[in-house]
Amino acid sequence: MAAPALLLFGLFGLVPLVGVVVLSLADWDGLGSVGWAGLANWSGVLTDGATWQALGLTVKVMLVSWLVQTPVALALGVFQAPRGRARALFSVLFFLPLLLSAVAIGLTWQALLDPSFGIGATPGLHWLAQPLLGSPDLALYTVIFVIAWQFVPFHALLYQAGIRQIPTSLYEAAALDGAGPVTRFLHITLPQLKYTMVTSSTLMLVGSLTYFDLIFVLSGGTGGPGTATRVLPLAMYITGFQAHDMGRASAVATLLVVLGLALSLLMTRLSGFTRMDSQQEGM
Amino acid sequence: MSTTVTKARHAARTGAGHDRGADRSAPPARPGSPRRRTVVGTVRRALSGGVTLLWAAIVVVPVYWLVVTSLRTRADFTADSPLALPGHPTLDNYRTVLAGDFTTYLFNSVIVTVATVVLTVAVALMAAFAIVRGAGGRLSRVSFRLYLLGLAIPLQAVIIPVYLLIIKMRLYDSLLAIVLPSAAFALPITVMILVSFLRDVPRSLFEAMIVDGAGDWRMLFSLAAPLARPALMTVAVYDGLQVWNGFLFPLILTQSGDKAVLPLALTLYKGQFGIDVPATMAAVVLSTLPMLALFILARRQLVAGLTAGFSK
Repeated sequence: MAAPALLLFGLFGLVPLVGVVVLSLADWDGLGSVGWAGLANWSGVLTDGATWQALGLTVKVMLVSWLVQTPVALALGVFQAPRGRARALFSVLFFLPLLLSAVAIGLTWQALLDPSFGIGATPGLHWLAQPLLGSPDLALYTVIFVIAWQFVPFHALLYQAGIRQIPTSLYEAAALDGAGPVTRFLHITLPQLKYTMVTSSTLMLVGSLTYFDLIFVLSGGTGGPGTATRVLPLAMYITGFQAHDMGRASAVATLLVVLGLALSLLMTRLSGFTRMDSQQEGM
Repeated sequence: MSTTVTKARHAARTGAGHDRGADRSAPPARPGSPRRRTVVGTVRRALSGGVTLLWAAIVVVPVYWLVVTSLRTRADFTADSPLALPGHPTLDNYRTVLAGDFTTYLFNSVIVTVATVVLTVAVALMAAFAIVRGAGGRLSRVSFRLYLLGLAIPLQAVIIPVYLLIIKMRLYDSLLAIVLPSAAFALPITVMILVSFLRDVPRSLFEAMIVDGAGDWRMLFSLAAPLARPALMTVAVYDGLQVWNGFLFPLILTQSGDKAVLPLALTLYKGQFGIDVPATMAAVVLSTLPMLALFILARRQLVAGLTAGFSK
């Protein structure tokens, strides 16, 4: 019964995982036949400053977006946790970005941030009328902001659910002991949210390796201005599907695989995902 | 803008009232306590409330701008203040988009999404059932770990071998070329959510069925599947959302315009309409409407299931 899923996942998930390493040793333009290149792609990729810049940008996007999204998502989660009509309304509002595709979000923000006709043309908002996406210094942070716009609501939802699962008795006991709201937050809410935080962080960190669609659209397919937003997935796409060097692009992609697997191992260590028993029994 | 903010502020104020009421009656997550109304508590609530309001504005303003822009004429787009209501609201942009190939793209998106979801959910349910029933067994543990590993594989990292595979299978530039990899990449999260749901089904239920002489398939169809219905709905909607909005597989695995799905079509519109921003925004709105409809229909299910699936 497990066979169909394993077959599908094996063919399009695991085989390509090995395939990308094999192809990183190949010479292929994406159209003709696949030749052998040995370690040429690797020595090319690893001695190329552009690779390291892309890797640096990827890590920077990963860390900064984690730092931005986590506190905001946590605050929103704390606010949304108690039930009530207003909070339900906010939950609906906050869900909107999750319904839009990354392409839709990219096109919207690109037009919205246009220095001449975008939101900066609103009286009182002229400080927004600058090339936020066109400036090499600001583009990356603008991208990180739009990423947060897209994903914070989802993580807020996770935190909201996590908080709702904390047993009330813990707070009652703490209140009896005279613990104030801050103490309760620090000593009950935060520790109880440990697994939620691991889940959310993992999804954020691994997810940040996949920020392709949005940056592709926001930067007009170039990872620009210049190479200011050319993260690893974009570097891979440009090398492979625009410059037609699939071998070299596969080497770049292998770096992504390594990053992803390292994060995954960390996650399995930290979280309780692999526990096979029910987590409700015995509570 | 100002109306939005005022409304949000009003909502927050009534929300604070609700909060205290709810705290006393139903068993809420954050219980009331004698010390609830301390200065620190007020500051903390103001802080999270403030962040919430600010974020609400950040979320709502672009969505509002998107909709009003799609209703402007091209002339008004450059003349009007961006956040004002349209001076001469018009549906012309929508007519322009619908007069083109929009229905083809929509149809492609529907086919790809439905086929992927059906395929994913069907095989994932079988896999999750096998994993939970074989819990403790080596095979079950190994296969579960494989899917967990899959959670960490970025699509982009393996797109080149997938591209090669699709070419070799002679599926390039077909809708099936999107369906198969999309389903494969939706599997890990789907299996994970279904496993975490199914392992809470009491063992005694399965054992009772075994005593009655039921085989695996009967247990799957008459016990696991009905019990897992809420989880199945959740993963179906979640996977549907992902596939509907997917861009990379369509970008790389299809080529012709008549095989384009909506997200890919949006980039085509952008090229086609050039600086006609209102028309592009109308296309963006149209491409989102089906998901909005789905969300309105399945909101409770989606939110509850999604959060339960991830936060265990």
